Amino acid sequence: MDMKDGLRIGNVELESRLFTGTGKYGADSLIPEIIKASGSQVITVALRRIDMASAENNILDNIPKNIRLLPNTSGARNAEEAVRIAKLARAAGCGNWIKIEVISDNKYLLPDGYETVRATEILAKDGFVVLPYISPDLMVARALVNAGAATVMPLGAPIGSNRGLQTRELIRILIDEIDLPIVVDAGIGAPSQACEAMEMGAAACLVNTAIAGASDPVSMAKAFGQAVKAGREAYLAGLGAISMQGIASSPLTGFLHENEH
Amino acid sequence: MLITVNGNPENIPGPTSLADFLSAKGIHADGVVIELNQDIPEKSAYTEILLHENDKLEILRFVGGG
Repeated sequence: MDMKDGLRIGNVELESRLFTGTGKYGADSLIPEIIKASGSQVITVALRRIDMASAENNILDNIPKNIRLLPNTSGARNAEEAVRIAKLARAAGCGNWIKIEVISDNKYLLPDGYETVRATEILAKDGFVVLPYISPDLMVARALVNAGAATVMPLGAPIGSNRGLQTRELIRILIDEIDLPIVVDAGIGAPSQACEAMEMGAAACLVNTAIAGASDPVSMAKAFGQAVKAGREAYLAGLGAISMQGIASSPLTGFLHENEH
Repeated sequence: MLITVNGNPENIPGPTSLADFLSAKGIHADGVVIELNQDIPEKSAYTEILLHENDKLEILRFVGGG
């Protein structure tokens, strides 16, 4: 692809369409290698109470300064808690991007669309660049557009499940109908699934567990980076038509047996 | 005097500034973000803020997450 194909979120132009998470790694020291191998320019972090009893490393020491930090509001059970976490994250001095994650369902970890819209409205008005995580529901997505969201981030399957694009058709509708970048977040378990999301026209993918849980996370990060690029290029190239029956690729004339008696 | 730090009761000598409290605990202000009674004080004000009885202090930092 010769032409520049950047992704604009807020006032930032990104070259990479793979966002990566920093959870579930055995050691934070792996993170710089993951970033390098994946080519990712946006990475998520969470905000938690410090452990008063023991000295702790600062994860930011392992994140290069040119990488855009996307703090999440994990732990929030309603809009008010999400807003509180977002303001603390901004006060920590790492920019004004926030991934809204409001979850009160502990089994499937499905996000609360109503509370997410409320939090998005409050935070967008307060100058945040808001990337809300939702179930792929068209009406919730439209409400997020009106609330000032910068992207819409639908799940492919429950967080950490590695089950892929179970919500494929609903994501497809969001890509078709919503005039904001659609970032598929959660559930992507293999590079092929990230590639498919990009072929469908997703603007980006956010991957954590599938990389962190691989036998070789650094190689898996590289594989995801390649898959997202391939999927994006395929989308831009325009996929061929699907047919229910066979359509020969080779000429149907000039066979050896033609005109034999 | 008694304050609450990250949900747990904590006895501290008063008067103590927020900066002195952090320093006594070996916490570098740069690596954390602080909420005091649901307000977020400016880091530059930590030396001037005195902790009071029943104050609720939250000390947080970024960790790995998705």
